[in-house]
Parts: sequence; C-alpha cells; structure tokens
Amino acid sequence: MKFWSQTAAILTKDLLTEYRTKDVLASMLLFGLLVILMFHFAFEPDSEEIRKFGPGLLWMTFIFAGLLGMNRSFVGEKENDALEGLMLSPVNWSSIYLGKMLANLLLLLLAEAIILCLFSLLFNYAIWPRIGWMAAITFLGTLGFASVGTLLAAVSANTRMSEVMLPVLLVPLVLPVILSVVLATAANFAQPAEEPVMFFWMQVLAAYDIIFVTLPLMTFDYVLEK
Amino acid sequence: MTADTAVVVENVEKWFGLNPALANISLSVPRGEFVVLLGRNGAGKSTLLRVMARLVRPNRGRVRICGVEIDQDPERGRERIGLVAHQTFLYPGLTARENLRLHARLHGLEGAAQRVAAALSEAGLNLSADRPVRGFSRGMQQRLAIARATLHEPELVLLDEPFTGLDLEAAELLSERLRQWAAAGRTIVMATHNLEQGLQGVSRWILLDRGRIVTEWTGDSAAVRGRYRRFLQASPLGSGSLRN
Repeated sequence: MKFWSQTAAILTKDLLTEYRTKDVLASMLLFGLLVILMFHFAFEPDSEEIRKFGPGLLWMTFIFAGLLGMNRSFVGEKENDALEGLMLSPVNWSSIYLGKMLANLLLLLLAEAIILCLFSLLFNYAIWPRIGWMAAITFLGTLGFASVGTLLAAVSANTRMSEVMLPVLLVPLVLPVILSVVLATAANFAQPAEEPVMFFWMQVLAAYDIIFVTLPLMTFDYVLEK
Repeated sequence: MTADTAVVVENVEKWFGLNPALANISLSVPRGEFVVLLGRNGAGKSTLLRVMARLVRPNRGRVRICGVEIDQDPERGRERIGLVAHQTFLYPGLTARENLRLHARLHGLEGAAQRVAAALSEAGLNLSADRPVRGFSRGMQQRLAIARATLHEPELVLLDEPFTGLDLEAAELLSERLRQWAAAGRTIVMATHNLEQGLQGVSRWILLDRGRIVTEWTGDSAAVRGRYRRFLQASPLGSGSLRN
C-alpha cells in the first residue's frame, strides 16, 4: 500500500507541476502541430500517399514530440536538487520511477490524442470507425516508449549533453515499438482492416511493455545511485 | 553499537572511479551528540553524509542509523534522517504548503495537514504558504527547507554546508534552530569548512582530510577555529601526507 501511495504522491506532484507550467505539454503539442501542418502542405488530404504513409507520419510525430517531453521530465528534478530530496524520503526508489513514468505516459497520451484529432481533421483521415483499436495500439506503444524513455531520461539527465544523449540512447531501444505500432496502425486503418496482422503486432507490443516496465523497476536504484 | 548510538560507520570506503573519496572511515555518534565534520572542500565530508543517508553506496564497510543497517533497509533508515543542505530540495513550481504536503505523503505522516500548518507557522511562512516557492527569497527557501527536513521529526539531522549562500537573518535563524535541536537532545551531524558561524553546543569536531579522519577535537568553536587554521597552514593543499 505504501509503495502505491508514494507512487501516487510523485505522480500527483508531476501532474500538478505540469498543470502550473505547461512546459512538457506545450512543447509536445507545438512540435506535433508544426509537423502535421508541414505534411499537410506536402500531401493532399485523401490522397493515396497519405493512406500509405499516414501511420508512419503519425508515429514519427508522436515519437519526436515524445522525445521533447521526455527530455523535460528529469530537468525539473535537477533544479534545487529536488530529485535528491525524493531519494532522501523513505521511498522505494522504484516508486520514483513508476510515478514519473505514469506522469509521462498520461501527458504523452493527452498530447497524442490532440495530435491524432488534428491529423484526422487536416488529412480527412477516417480514424473514428476504428478509434477503439487505435486507442489500444496507441496505449501499448506509448507505454513501451514511456517506460524506456523515463529510465533513459534519468540516465541522460546526469550527462552534460542530456538533450542530445536521450534520443541517441532511446531511439535504438524503442525501434521494436516504432516498428510494431506503425505496422499495427497501418493494419488497423487498411481497407478492409487486417485484424490478424494488427493483433500480432499488438502482442509484440504487449510483450515489449511487460519486459520494459518490469526491467526499469528492478534497475532504477542503480540508475539513481552515484 | 548500542541502542544509544545514533550513527555507526565501520570501515567505510568510497571510490569515484580511481579517486578515493573515503578511505577506511570508522566513527560512532551517540544519540544526542552534535558532531561537526570539518575539512576543506573535497575532504570527503559531503560523501560521508551521503553514505550515512544511503544516497551513495559505499564500496566497502557498513553504516547503521539508529539501530537500522542502512544498506539492508534504506527506507527504514531514511525515516530517521532529515538532511539540510545548501540545496533546498524544493520544487519551485509547487507552493510551500504543497512541498511540505508531498514530503508528508512520502513519509506517510498521520495528521499531515495539521503538521504542515504547524511547520509553516514555525517557519514564519503562514502568509506565503500558498505561493509558489519560485518567488521566495533565499532565506525563505532555506526556512522552508529546514521545515521540510524536520517535518517527520527525524532522530538524526544531517547538515551539509547549510550556511552556504545564506544572508545574515537566515544564518541566525539556522544557528538558532541548531541550538534548539541540540538542547532537545536531537543527534546532529554537520559538515562544514567554515567556522565563522560560531557554532554552539558542539560535542565533537572531527577533522577530515583526503577522505580520512585526521583527528578529533572538543571545545568551543573559538578554540577549534584556531586549531583548524593551524592545521590548514601546516597541511597545505597538494601536500602528500596526512598530518595530525
């Protein structure tokens, strides 16, 4: 019980801080909007290209916007050495990871929901008939991305060039997620939907999530320890 | 190693890469003692405090805090510790009350709202309780940091260069708190390289140099200041050997 109440305290703290500053959400949304607008000028809505490349474009926007947000997640902890203050509390350090990962997950999902609506609107992309499956794919993909991203954001926060270091470390590790979500999204929006293909890639995502949510919980002590 | 001992450090070594930060340190602090760790920057004072709080894992040796083996049960050990440093550990985006509430939740304190209100009142921050910490002066932040570090009424207070960057008013307030804690029988271990504050109630002064305990002194801060100055002159930076 104590573990979950401490995790909830850290999650609430991160969400409250974000509510006040809007640093993470604003940077992710601005970036997402710019990318979607640029592609809107490049591709005709309803065109064959957008049917073909839409899932890739969408996830490229999600991942790079997510990288921006992830970079910020431990920057705030460095001010006044606040992270050390958390570490000094009688908490299992895994709850620090879990609280921050859940905060990142919620913010990413919120940004992705807004970007997805914009994408659908600007490209006349029919997401609504298959929105339930799209939500499930997005959740699984974002969970994998947030779990590895939070761990690596903690690692890179202590390096001199953390903003460069995070993408260099993170992108190769989340390649299975990127591949799976793009293929699952494409199968979901294919006409007609290719459900067996979509389920296969969703299973790959679920397996990745189980591994990469569990692993950081077991190793986060070593990441924080100096 | 009795129940009356607040801190036991046994044969602790800590290396950062190839650099030894602590070399075979052993020390024992009975409950209620006020101990000051003296030494230059880089002598190992802060590392020793961080090893005590289990923020840093030693390469060798063991630490026991108020009867708890900190390496085996760091969470229970940290329940007994409050750390005040020159960094405040506060979240600037949160208000003073929210910072204390977060600390209370992490410690699982009962009656948190009343304790937070009392701590804010004691720190003289009632009127600023619901303002974000970002707008606080350094003195106000340090008052809040002290309130935060002692909200859970720790048995052991660790202080790492707490006077650094404080204005006169905040420094006097901190000195007053130290006197109160010492008088109340709380165990205090403070690291400093600066003896100009004229600390009162100190039971022992432990001198560290290059990660080793060089010697221990007792007496008031005026007497220790002279001895410390002579030590610094006799053992200039870069000299190879440890001297008494």
